[in-house]
Amino acid sequence: MKPGEDGPAVRLDHVSKRFGSNTVLDDVSFDIDAGKAFCLLGRSGTGKSVTLRHIIGLVRPDRGKVFVCGKDITPLSGRELADVRKHMGFLFQNAALFDSMSVADNVAFPMRRHTDWPADKIRQSVQEKLSAVGLEKEADKMPADLSGGMKKRAALARAMALDPSILLVDEPSAGLDPITAGEIDELLLETKRGGTTLVVVTHNIPSARAIGDDFGMLHEGRLLARGSLEELDSSDEPLVQSFMKSHGGG
Amino acid sequence: MPLLSTVDRAGAGVLNLLEFTGAMASFGGRAIVEAARPPYEPGEVIRHVYSFGYRSAPLVATAGLAIGVVLSMHTRASLERFGAEAMIPAGLAIALIRETGPLTTGLLVAGRVGAGIGAEIGAMKVSEQIDALEANAVDAFKYLAVTRIIALMIVMPLLTIIMDFAGILGGYLAEAAVSGMSWRMYFERAFTFIAFSDLIPATLKTVVFGFLIAVASSYLGFTTSRGTEGVGEASTRSVVLGSMLIILGDVILVKIIFFFYPPVAG
Repeated sequence: MKPGEDGPAVRLDHVSKRFGSNTVLDDVSFDIDAGKAFCLLGRSGTGKSVTLRHIIGLVRPDRGKVFVCGKDITPLSGRELADVRKHMGFLFQNAALFDSMSVADNVAFPMRRHTDWPADKIRQSVQEKLSAVGLEKEADKMPADLSGGMKKRAALARAMALDPSILLVDEPSAGLDPITAGEIDELLLETKRGGTTLVVVTHNIPSARAIGDDFGMLHEGRLLARGSLEELDSSDEPLVQSFMKSHGGG
Repeated sequence: MPLLSTVDRAGAGVLNLLEFTGAMASFGGRAIVEAARPPYEPGEVIRHVYSFGYRSAPLVATAGLAIGVVLSMHTRASLERFGAEAMIPAGLAIALIRETGPLTTGLLVAGRVGAGIGAEIGAMKVSEQIDALEANAVDAFKYLAVTRIIALMIVMPLLTIIMDFAGILGGYLAEAAVSGMSWRMYFERAFTFIAFSDLIPATLKTVVFGFLIAVASSYLGFTTSRGTEGVGEASTRSVVLGSMLIILGDVILVKIIFFFYPPVAG
């Protein structure tokens, strides 16, 4: 627990966002408790990824506030925002590995930037992070030489490089076969067991069921449902029922 | 109605151009401000100096050599008519150092480096690597744009000097082949009429060329959209815009140089 050292790990307070004439988020509010895994569900294009981007300050809300461990990050920029981000990790949907760097350099990047660790310690820490995701033999490879699942795992190792207190995950199983997706889910569960708060955006219900403690469902920018998976399964809301049934829920 | 529609389109085009120019100028202004603020990212600047400078040097030297040969042949053809062949080295050196060297270097760098910056940053934009930098608490603007702008401003005068000397060497080779002139005599004649006021302002103006090329291509990279098609477009537009800016910038810079160093004009 860092930035504000108080309150829920993440809080969205009446957040609204428009891109041009398109309303992407409309008065969205929710809290995520520290150490829990919150899964944000919904169809493609409902504002899930934009919500994640609000939490790490890549997008600013037009209205409302975003709190990280009690600290309002909405007005922050530059170094203040960077200080908050040092306590967060972000696993992008397409991994977003730096393609001019090797896998090991990708993982070492946050360590080199934000710690004064000697080269030996960084090398050892990179090795540990890569071992945790099963990529210790791929350390010297370039991202272009990795499969989709390997890229995701390398990106997870980079996101966890500084042992963040909050990990944001955008569609962890997108584009992966079921076995590889299951491996990524298992790695995320390991991360949660280590005490990290997870915020996972997904439309994969089996994956959410495996990872999540708490759930929310977005539809057309509004938070349509909030609660446990069972509560969403038994929701009276036709759209929630339809979504959960069509993806293996209920 | 068709006339109104044409006027509307023209008006929208002008507004778009003004908006684009304003946004790019603001991008360049922000780069100047950020360059003065820590952290300074010296490692990245050195990496780009190597990438832009060392790797462009063979192209610039080869082009300079060829330009020197061609300029020498043209100068000889003109000056022979007046029996002024002895002035060939000086004429060529003045033309190269004052204008041909800096401008040609600028155009070559706009093609080789500008396109690369536009494509590289553009590809990072569409593959979310810029967002990943920001998510890793790194100022992407500073890390990607400011470091490249500083590096290209350092590299441009050095490449221009390479171009100038390669051009003079090319001129000598052409002249030696025709008249058998010695290198020593050629060199002495070439620099008889060259003063520091010829060399320094003309070479230093390429610092501005480097700024213009890097700002244009970084801006186009940062504003890339529409996937790989957008990356290709950013790369192409970087070359076009960079070349245009240095040609237009050169007009203003030459005027400024003439104001501060009148002897150059004479």
